[in-house]
Amino acid sequence: MTSDSENKAGVRRVYLDHSATTPVRAEVMGAMMPYFAGQFGNPSSIHRWGREARAAVEDARAKVASLIGAAPQEIIFTSGGTEADNLAIRGTAWHKRSKGNHLITSSVEHHAVLHTCETLEKEGFKVTYLPVDKYGMIDPEDVEKAITDETILITIMHGQNEVGTIEPVREIGQIARRHGVTFHVDAVQSAGKIPIDVSDMNIDLLTMSSHKMYGPKGVGALYVRKGVRLSPQATGGSHERGLRAGTENVPGIVGFGEACRLAKEEMPEESLRLTRLRDRLIGGILDSIPDTVLNGHPTIRLPHHVNISFKFIEGESILLNLDLMGIGASSGSACTSGSLEPSHVLLAMGLPHELAHGSVRMTLGKGNSEEDIDYVISVLPPIVSKLRDMSVFR
Amino acid sequence: MYNDKVMDHFMNPRNVGEIQDADGAGQVGNPVCGDVMRITIRVEDGKIADIKFRTFGCGAAIATSSMVTELVKGLTLDEAMEVSNKAVAEALGGLPAQKMHCSNLAADALHKAIEDYRAKHPANSGA
Repeated sequence: MTSDSENKAGVRRVYLDHSATTPVRAEVMGAMMPYFAGQFGNPSSIHRWGREARAAVEDARAKVASLIGAAPQEIIFTSGGTEADNLAIRGTAWHKRSKGNHLITSSVEHHAVLHTCETLEKEGFKVTYLPVDKYGMIDPEDVEKAITDETILITIMHGQNEVGTIEPVREIGQIARRHGVTFHVDAVQSAGKIPIDVSDMNIDLLTMSSHKMYGPKGVGALYVRKGVRLSPQATGGSHERGLRAGTENVPGIVGFGEACRLAKEEMPEESLRLTRLRDRLIGGILDSIPDTVLNGHPTIRLPHHVNISFKFIEGESILLNLDLMGIGASSGSACTSGSLEPSHVLLAMGLPHELAHGSVRMTLGKGNSEEDIDYVISVLPPIVSKLRDMSVFR
Repeated sequence: MYNDKVMDHFMNPRNVGEIQDADGAGQVGNPVCGDVMRITIRVEDGKIADIKFRTFGCGAAIATSSMVTELVKGLTLDEAMEVSNKAVAEALGGLPAQKMHCSNLAADALHKAIEDYRAKHPANSGA
């Protein structure tokens, strides 16, 4: 994409890609700063420097746990969401291999889950990939039907990252509990956005990522319910209860903790504000541009998440035009995925290839105002009609 | 990711549209991979007198379509048949590597349009 300096002076800047990543909040950065140089100790050391770092890590662990209704000792810090997904899935599969070799997941999971499951298939495990409905929603009944005597893990995401649909994890959790199957939830997109209670939802393992919620990149966590056993995937020292070897990323963990504390405190108000902006954006686009379709569930969706397909045109060409107007968004088009296939999520929902290629994801965040939304709604119609005038499918 | 020349052809595409009662038409690509291009030509005295394109696709697909129309307008049909996808990409100052195969099909659409013309006009299909 074009660099900042290439944008015309005076053009409004609207970042609408908060599901890709978010800026680190000033409060978060402030909390992190002392732990780079001043309080730089290794939390495993017994001296004063080590104890200071240990106290900071444990304080952060309590804040992360509090966001999801967990106990602090149930939080394992990782390098991010992908590592936490790997630890949860591979760690369960290999630990429980003597009990069974079957995993259940869905066809709309993030690649961190899907590709991990595919790797396990090559290693001899069997995986069921559940279908979804036209909104990208999994049917809990399908989960129950897929369970066999061999099933050792169910892994289902909470907030769908591409289309924003919120999956029925509470219902799936009840089923998993009833059948005694370990239940992992990838909550990278939902944590800090909508309430999560791991006890109420019967979740055994839950993945979180710091940089999706105004914390730093390079840090995440896996919630591991007390009593749930995993095979560690990185071996070494006895850090993180022996589940994740390696010296802790202290500044990152401190920032993640602060981000969780702020998210919990602000969630009731911020999720309402984002929902209003989201619905203003969806309504504005669907009303002003013909032949547009909302992807994902209209109401059971993440408060900050919009995904719309524009018929007859392709996503990357829309993104390039938006970028020139100062707007940052993303697309499920093959052209932006680095492969020849459009989004596996949109295809699993039954969208024809043309509509999948023509999808644009706009994910809102703290920095976005009503004026930003109205600017996007004013800028989009001429972009779409210009591209449609050029299109073969006009 | 795109250079200035590609962005110029993408934002200000040349020769957009469809020639009515065209002498030749060619379409390549398919919606599955996300790029479809259609080129129509008008031929006079063995030369491409007019050429227009319509494209469904990414920035590279639109820019290469625009560039190929600019490159071949006024050329003889034989000369136009010599213009390759690679030459179109070079005329644009290069494309990102991942775009070279999926989105760089404009010359193929042009060649199809010329072949269509020649099939319909076997008597004067020469240069």
